[in-house]
Amino acid sequence: MDRSAGPKRIRLSTTPSREDLARLRIGDVVHLDGLIYTAREGVYMRACEQGDALPMDLPHESAANFHCSPAATVEADGSFTMGAVTATASFRFSKWIGEWFRLSGAKLIIGKGGMTSADYREHFVPNGAIYLTTVGYGTGALLGRGIKGVKALHWREDLGLAQAMWVLEAENMGPFIVESDLEGNSLFERENERISQNLARVYEGTKPAVLRRFGETDDRSDELIG
Amino acid sequence: MISLDLIQRTAERLMEKAAIEIPEDYLDGLKATAAVEDGDLSSFVLQAMLENYEAAKEDRRAMCGDTGCPRWYVKMGNEARIEGGPIALEAALRRATARATHDIPLRPNRVHPLWRTDHDNNVGIGAPEIEYGFEPGGDWIDLITVHKGGLFGTDYRMLFPSDGIQGIRRFFLDSLVAFGKRGLACQPAIIGIGLGGSKDACMVLGKRAACLRTVGSRNSDPRIAALEDELKVLGNSIGMGAMGFVGKSMVVDCNIEVGYCHTGGMQMSVHAFCLSSRRAVARLWGDGRVEYRTDPDWFTDYQRRETVEWTVPQDQNEFA
Repeated sequence: MDRSAGPKRIRLSTTPSREDLARLRIGDVVHLDGLIYTAREGVYMRACEQGDALPMDLPHESAANFHCSPAATVEADGSFTMGAVTATASFRFSKWIGEWFRLSGAKLIIGKGGMTSADYREHFVPNGAIYLTTVGYGTGALLGRGIKGVKALHWREDLGLAQAMWVLEAENMGPFIVESDLEGNSLFERENERISQNLARVYEGTKPAVLRRFGETDDRSDELIG
Repeated sequence: MISLDLIQRTAERLMEKAAIEIPEDYLDGLKATAAVEDGDLSSFVLQAMLENYEAAKEDRRAMCGDTGCPRWYVKMGNEARIEGGPIALEAALRRATARATHDIPLRPNRVHPLWRTDHDNNVGIGAPEIEYGFEPGGDWIDLITVHKGGLFGTDYRMLFPSDGIQGIRRFFLDSLVAFGKRGLACQPAIIGIGLGGSKDACMVLGKRAACLRTVGSRNSDPRIAALEDELKVLGNSIGMGAMGFVGKSMVVDCNIEVGYCHTGGMQMSVHAFCLSSRRAVARLWGDGRVEYRTDPDWFTDYQRRETVEWTVPQDQNEFA
């Protein structure tokens, strides 16, 4: 591929300044340098619902929250074998994200598939944060190459390997795509809008199922037939 | 007699191959898809995936951090004998799954559905799934592992004869559009479709169509093969590509499998395999030979038989 024709590529710190983030446009490609930590429903429940103190100094050490469980092993001697890393779908974490910003001061939320522009406007924009999406999904081997080591593993006993808080040393780790900017615009929503314009034509030659389902109507008295 | 030790060692090797090495048929299919993709962002994503497959092989690292849910398909030739019998075979596959999860490493994805407890080895109640098939003749067993990814991209619907092909098209599009947004289906993928059977059989057929048939294979019924072609084109005409960006790469191939169903119904299931179509196969013989391949070759004429009795066709005797 002719890289000059592709998206703009940028190196970004995991403790970025507001100016760094203001320069990013949705659709840009980013590689990260610095510490990055994983936190998903297990960590969010402990921190946001049970009020447990965070096991690291955030956002001083890292402002980059990765929605991820790495394919990694803790060896008998306590060392780590890091395999592939890939994000998990972020929309499921919407209920905790506001409180998480308050506790963590995160500036980068990294995950799969983005969140809604409503979430961006309500939670991301006031906190000066943006969303980076992984690519593919499943450039796990490329992302794994960008991890130079495991600095710490917190809350493993309580949460298990998949939900524990992994603190990873990133160097030129990527690619990620800028999904939301400081104004709360969403790349995915922009793309969906463009695709939707074509859908009526694609659906020509189809017809609705003779037996409908709840969800296709919200009227629970509907018999769903015909 | 096929030795248990050989089964376990081969199974561990298959786990590694499935996690790390993209099957050639899917790789070729994705390259063909990438060659015609003209959406800027979709093209970037496909190129990144192609680089990722190379990185995985070079580093001997899993392709994707979500290494899916390992499962096993075992096909036995009618003359095959296994040391210790089927109970020992299942134990060997569970041991191989646990050990490979640690050694590769894979992500220990499997947890209890309610208590979320985790053995950190992808083994638990009903996990890994082990399914069986049989073939006439043959003193071999095929071990097939699939590490199916994705929480998204699978759906089932009871359609009826009056829904017809138009209804099939509609549900196919509904599934791709719904799960394709933001790329949750990890497309472009092999899309498997099950038609008929009963609800559970329909889901099994569709999943096997996605995971146990290769890119470029076609159903032996020419009219079903034509529908596979039609739905592939339809899926790629949505206007959506990788990650749900504007583009035209949703379906690397579409595979359909059918089963006889109730006269009043027409069950349909849709399954998206993912960008890391993890499958690996080995045939094991009693004399210790092992041959690795990536085509499960599951849907033989025997698997699709529709008559009461089965006799091996004359021209296939040499393979039996």
